[in-house]
Formats: sequence, C-alpha cells, structure tokens
Amino acid sequence: MLAFVIRRLLQAMIVMLTVAFIAFMLFQFVGDPVTNLMGQDATADQRARLRAELGLDQPFVLQFAHFIGNALQGEFGISLRQGRKVSALIAERFPATLELAAVAAVIGLALGVPLGVYAALRRGKFMSQLVMTGSLLGVSLPNFLIGILLILVFSVLLKWLPSFGRGDVVAIGALNFGLLTWDGIKHLLLPAFTLALFPMALVLRLVRSEMLEVLRTDYIKFARARGLPDRSVYFGHALKNTLVPVITIAGLQLGGIIAFAIITETVFQWPGMGLLFIQAVQFADIPVMAAYLCLIALIFVVINLAVDLLYFAVDPRLRIERSGGH
Amino acid sequence: MASPLLEVQHLRVEFPTRRGTLLALDDVSFSIAPGEILGVVGESGAGKSLTGAAIIGLLEPPGRVAGGQILLDGQRIDNLGPEAMRQIRGRRIGAIFQDPLTSLNPLYTVGRQLVETIQVHLGLDAAAARQRAISLLQSTGIPAAEQRIDQYPHQFSGGMRQRVVIALALAAEPELIVADEPTTALDVSIQAQIIALLKVLTKQQGAAVMLVTHDMGVIAEACDRVAVMYAGRVVEIGPVAQVIHRPAHPYTVGLMGSIPAMDQERERLMQIDGAMPRLNAIPAGCAFNPRCPQVMERCRTQRPDLLDAGATRAACWLHDMKTPA
Amino acid sequence: MASTPSAPLAPTASALARFLDGDVWHSFKQSPTAMVAAVIALVCVVAAVFAPWLAPHNPQDLASLQLMDARLPPAWVADGQARYPLGTDDQGRDILSALMYGARISLLVGLASVALSMVLGVGLGLLAGFVGGRIDSFIMRVCDVMLSFPAILVALLIDGVGRAMFPNAHEALAFTVLILAISLTGWVQYARTVRGSTLVERQKEYVQAARVIGVSPLRIMRRHVLPNVLGPVLVLATIQIASAIITEATLSFLGVGVPPTSPSLGTLIRVGQDFLFSGEWWITIFPGLVLVMIALSVNLLGDWLRDALNPRLR
Repeated sequence: MLAFVIRRLLQAMIVMLTVAFIAFMLFQFVGDPVTNLMGQDATADQRARLRAELGLDQPFVLQFAHFIGNALQGEFGISLRQGRKVSALIAERFPATLELAAVAAVIGLALGVPLGVYAALRRGKFMSQLVMTGSLLGVSLPNFLIGILLILVFSVLLKWLPSFGRGDVVAIGALNFGLLTWDGIKHLLLPAFTLALFPMALVLRLVRSEMLEVLRTDYIKFARARGLPDRSVYFGHALKNTLVPVITIAGLQLGGIIAFAIITETVFQWPGMGLLFIQAVQFADIPVMAAYLCLIALIFVVINLAVDLLYFAVDPRLRIERSGGH
Repeated sequence: MASPLLEVQHLRVEFPTRRGTLLALDDVSFSIAPGEILGVVGESGAGKSLTGAAIIGLLEPPGRVAGGQILLDGQRIDNLGPEAMRQIRGRRIGAIFQDPLTSLNPLYTVGRQLVETIQVHLGLDAAAARQRAISLLQSTGIPAAEQRIDQYPHQFSGGMRQRVVIALALAAEPELIVADEPTTALDVSIQAQIIALLKVLTKQQGAAVMLVTHDMGVIAEACDRVAVMYAGRVVEIGPVAQVIHRPAHPYTVGLMGSIPAMDQERERLMQIDGAMPRLNAIPAGCAFNPRCPQVMERCRTQRPDLLDAGATRAACWLHDMKTPA
Repeated sequence: MASTPSAPLAPTASALARFLDGDVWHSFKQSPTAMVAAVIALVCVVAAVFAPWLAPHNPQDLASLQLMDARLPPAWVADGQARYPLGTDDQGRDILSALMYGARISLLVGLASVALSMVLGVGLGLLAGFVGGRIDSFIMRVCDVMLSFPAILVALLIDGVGRAMFPNAHEALAFTVLILAISLTGWVQYARTVRGSTLVERQKEYVQAARVIGVSPLRIMRRHVLPNVLGPVLVLATIQIASAIITEATLSFLGVGVPPTSPSLGTLIRVGQDFLFSGEWWITIFPGLVLVMIALSVNLLGDWLRDALNPRLR
C-alpha cells in the first residue's frame, strides 16, 4: 500500500512538472516574459533590470528552476489586463469559486444518489422513467444553456431569484462567504444548481445502473434467501456495494465541477476564478492563464490522489492481504 | 410414515415471454420427510434449481408459480405474501447456492453477515449473537473462529467460504435446507469434506435437505432418496440405492449407464442419443420418448404419471401394470 | 432474423455499403427513436448546409436589415410578423435565418474538429499499438493525463494560447485555432480504441505471417486493422460530433470561440442572453433549442449505432 502511495505521488509530481513546464513555456515564448511579469507600463530601464534579474540570458534549465521556485511561492507575476499581482487576484476570487463548487457538489450528491437508488428500485414505473429522462437531459444539455433556462424561469418569469452576482457576503478572516446571508444564498442557488445538474445526472445514472447490477448478484440473492428484511437488503447490502465504485467517480466529478464553474460563472457573472480565467483568455493575459493552469492542475492531481486513497479505504479487498486457509 | 416436512404437489412454473408462455416445471410432485436428505438430479436445464427457487419463493420474474401447491409442515407456503414468505426464509427454510465466491458480500465481514442473520431471526443481542456466530463457525470446521469471524470473505479459500455459507444457512436453525449445487464450484478434494459436513450438521439439527446437483457421486454419498428430473418433470423417485442400482425409467438407466465405473471394462461410454428438449419444444406424451430405446406407441401421446416400479416410482408406461402393453 | 454476418474485409466503398445494408439497417428500421433522431438531424443539417439558399433573409447582409423591424416576437405571438417566423433581434436580423447560418458555422466547426481528431487519434492509436514499447507507453501516458482534465479546459487553454500568439488573426486563422483546440480534446478516445484493436490484431497469425513476408506495417494496418475498428470509430465519431458542437457553442458563448463576424449558435445565445430581462426571450431560446436538438439527435443516433454494431446485443 505504501508502494502504491509513493508511486502515485511520483506520478502526481511528474504531471505537475509537465504542467509547470507548459506554463513556463507560455511565459517565455508567448508574448514577452518581461511584460508578463511587469505589466505593460514598465519603463525601459525597469525592463532591462528585470531582464538581468530574471536571468533571461541564463540557461534554459536554470530559468525553469527559477520559475518553479517562484511558482511554489505563488508568484506568477502581474496580470496584463488588470496590472495587479496575479496571486492577489486569484486569492481574491478563489473563495467565491470554492463556495460555488462546494455547494454544487453537495447538491449533486444529495440529489443524485437518492434519485438513482429510487430509479433502480422502482424500475419501470412512471416516476422512475421520468427521472431517467430528466437525467438524460441533464447530461445532454450544455451547462450555459441550463443556466439561461433557469434564469428565464426563475429570474425573468417568476422573479424569485437573482440572476447575477454574488449578493451579500460575510467576511471570515481573509475569506468572504455568501452562504451565511440570506441574500447570498439566493444568489448562490441558481448558479449552484446549474453547475450541479450535470454531475447530478451523471451520478444518478451511475448509481442506478450500479444498483441494478448489484441487485442481480448472488450475495443479494443469498441475503434474501436468509430472510433479511428488504430494508437491510437494499439499504444495507446493496447500497454499500453500489456506492463503492460510485464514490470514486463522484469524487472525480469534483474536478469537473471546478472546471465547469468557468462557464457557470460567466453565465451568472459570478466573481470567481473561472470568470477571471475567461477574461484572461479573452485578453490573452498570459500570467493569469498560466497561474490558473497550475492551480487547476494541482487541484486535479490532489483530487485524483484523494480518490485513489479513498478507494483503498472503502474496499477491503484492496486493503488486506490474503491470508488463505482451507 | 410420519407426516412429511415438505410437500410439493403438482407444481407448475411458467415463464411468460413475448413469444408465448414457457412451461419450465410441469406437474412436479415429491415430498421430503423431516431429517431426510432428498437428492434432485438431472441435466442442466431440467428444472432442478427452479424447483428450489420456487420452494423458497425466489423465482426470478417473469417466472411464476402457475399451479400446484407447496406445503411446509402441512401449511401452504406458495401463496403467502412477501412479508410472510420472508419470515419463513432463513428461519424455517435455509438456502445454499452454488458459488461460494459470489454468495458472500465482499464488503462485509463474515461476522457481520452472520450476526445480522442471527439477530433478524433469533432476536439475540449483539454479544449473544456474536457468540453464536463464533460457535457456528466452529461447528463448520473453521479454525481460529474467534479471529476469522472479523475477516472478509476474500480472505477465505473456496472451501472455507462454502463452510461460512453453510453456517449462514444454518444460523437460524431451519427445518429444511435447499442446497443448489453446493459443491459444483469446489475442488474435488474439498467436495467430500463439504458434503460430509452438511450431513453431520443437518443430522445434528434435525434438518431435512433438498440437495440439487447433477453429480451422481454426491447423490450416492449423501442422499437417502433421490428424484430424477427431466425436461421440467420428475421421471423417477425412490431410495438412492434402488435408483442407482435398479433404475426403472429408461432415462435413469441411461444416466447410470453413462457413468464410467472403475471395475468395468468398456470401450466406449454409453450415451443417450439426442439431447434434452428445449422448453419451447417439449414433445407430447412422455417428454423422453424421442430418445427412449424402449419407446412404445402410447408414449408419444399419453404422458405417464409416477407409477409404482418396484422399489422406486417411475413415470414410464413400461411399469403400467393395469393396462397390457 | 439471422442474416449472414457481413464482416468487412476491405475498406472499400462497396464493403461499406454491404455493411450498412445488413443488420445495421434492419435495426435502424426497428428503432423509432433512431429514426426520429435521424430525421431531426437530417433536417438541421440540410437547413444548415443550404442556409444561403434556403434562408428567407441574409443576416450577414447589413444593408438588408430594417431597424424598424427590430425586437419583433415570433410570428404566433401578438406583435409578430409572418415575414420573421421566429422574430428578430435588436438589429432587425431574422432569427430563423440567423439560426440557419449559425447552425452552419456550428456544424462546420464540429465536423472539422471531429475529422481532425479522428485522423489524429486513429493515427496515434495505430502507432502506439503497432510499434509498442516506449512510444506506446508515452502515448498512453499522455492519454491518461489528458483524460483526467475536462475537455473544456484543454480547449480554452489552446484557444487562449492561440489568441496570445496571433493577436490580430484574421478569420481563417481564428477558425483554425478553434478547430485545433476542439480536436485536441477528442483524439484520446480514438487512440485508445484503435490501439486496443491494433494490439489484438497484431497477435493474430496472419499479421505475423504478413510481417515475416515483408509486407509493410502501413499496409497491414490499412488492410487488416482499420476495417475492424471502423465500427467503434464510427460510433465514437457520431457521439463526438455532438460534444464537439457543444464545446464550440460553449467556447463561442464564452466569447472565445468563433470570430464575431461569423456567429455560431453559441454566439447567438450569448448575444441573446442580454435581452432576457427585457422580455425578448426568443433571441436566445431558439438558438438554444436548435443546439439541443442537434446535440440530442446526434447523441441518440450514436447510442443506437453503438447498440446496433454491438454483436452481443443482437
């Protein structure tokens, strides 16, 4: 098991290095690195000094190492578009995205799993087929369209919920949270639900198909043959076996949520990292793009690693060595 | 004879399909006395497992009981509601299935699965249930039961797992065990051990066993009586020694004849020509008539009931004493 | 219902026709969903491809726009006009025509991306499977890493880099970058599938024999491996068309897709969003509907095709 963890950590580091390399290449060869770091308003003198400081005349590898050193400290230069330090920008926007993603993930799981179980147990019944059709739409409709539809229904027609921005936030330490105010929650609902729909539909379909598979197994048949009550068979034995493969896939969806937040934040003008990134792409703001890339890669790698470890924790077959015996 | 524990009377099981209804069990009747071990033998597809499934009420839909009765201790159980049937399962009728690898939930410890069953049926508290679970494991011959009770199924070998399965089936001390091919998935060397274990334990608890298998060796070793099934019907039934050595039905004769014996010199194995008919193509009259070496005109049109044939009963017109051939 | 299995032995057009003529076509005729999906897809494609001839107006001809006709609702609503069946936008452009032209762009980008990723993926898959060794593991590693990142991120990144490298790109270049970005997100699936099949075929004796005789690997790949992967690749391509179209729509909606001079469905939706609150819902909803129709119908076709080509389900 230790060997497994070490191997995965090594893989993770290789991925991070590759991503850092790509980001580094972006800095060096796309646009002017000095401009990337100093912004557009630097004087010629400042540029020359930075050039020497940066060691742009130094060997490639050294520059790369320098870059990595900076990156590890969160130093990515200055945003071309806004003229502020990239690290400050990202730190400012991160909590908003985190809040959105977390709420979306919770909604996705809290609705996806029970609905999936329902669709499996009541297979063939009308409600269950309705749920399945809904889930098909959920995986087929693009994120931004769902957002627009929700805005149309809940903001324009019904006027229940606001359709852009974050509303009131409460500051805890250096971070802002909208969840703690009613206004903030109202602003959070539509974007979070939009973001949650795809993973929820995915989890729903997965849970349903896994559960149907599990219900056909011998051990479920044996559990019934032992006279165990339905509740134990379905929600004890079947559910646990269903959730093991699902939990890992659901965990991976978390990465997808953070990525798709880009779209949702744009639709709802949610002031998060995703919106920042889109603006960076529109503006060819390399430092922000590179920083976002590295941060996202880190998040993904961490999530992947956590999911792998989770699998180990949940499935005893992977954990314990065989001890044999006749 | 004392009143039978299990009585299956004229059981019919059918499968409605898009292309018509298939009759999988056609007028199956037999009984099992308390503490008796009845073997049910036949080829794949003859309906042995289906009979077991019908008895414990776990027929896979769309299969359903379409006629006949199943009586446990004189009471009908084929028409009970799901909750009443559930209470019978495990408590009065236990079941053992073929593959020990897949019969146990891989994510629960053996102990947890045992304790759960014990608590559901016997209502013991956790500590008492655990004690009972340990002693059950010990009685099925699992060494170091006190430690192994907290292990997961994948940590046991195939034979050990089947012992756990037997422990689970016997946990609530049922009166009848339906064992569906309990040794087929095991090594030959382990098979004998498991069969012996089953015999000992059921004798101890006074439980009857319906032992479904296609292996005549197991039948010979373990059973008191045996029923031979063919194409969804019982074609012969009687004490095991008689059916094996003095089979009365031509199919049984063929079955016994096809088993190679070590003390006989033979150049070719005997075989029965043809194959068992598919469910949608069962011949009229006696189902075996196309393959029977002693077929008569009558066999093609009239279906025989189980007739007295000396020491056994066979569904064959050869043994009809009343009408001259 | 048993028809002779028509296993294509050579990738010629007649073999393809034979293939489609057998079980697959039969299964198509039996599936109402597939037929409906095919009809819808066909209608959309024809409308899109022949937009310049079929569309009632030309939304790109600025001279023909009547500002007086701006913001008209669809024809069946109170103030609508029959001339503009689905209404107009804030500059008087006919929504129906804009839809058809927009769908044209969307389909163009979608199909081009899928074609490119197919070529790339199949090629790399063949290479990995046939050559094996280091190249194989390297390509597979890349696949693994790419699969763990959502497609949209990869597309956004490539698009962003493209923009940074060519800040004042003209249309053709912008399109190229976009198509490249989308195709680089989709090639992985092809590579994996084809690699798998190649590995299987490579073990077979006739391939080994061919190699011994000295038949060039390229020829072997073309004559033996390719026909066997045609089925799954086709299914993949169908499903990927839908996702390519949606990716393009997403990128255009985000403002980083097609250039503004050639609006695709995504661009139309983006522009229309601003008018939701003033009550002019049709400007954004109709493009959305068409997008969903195309994506859903192509997806359903892909689903059906996959089931039809799966020998185990017959």
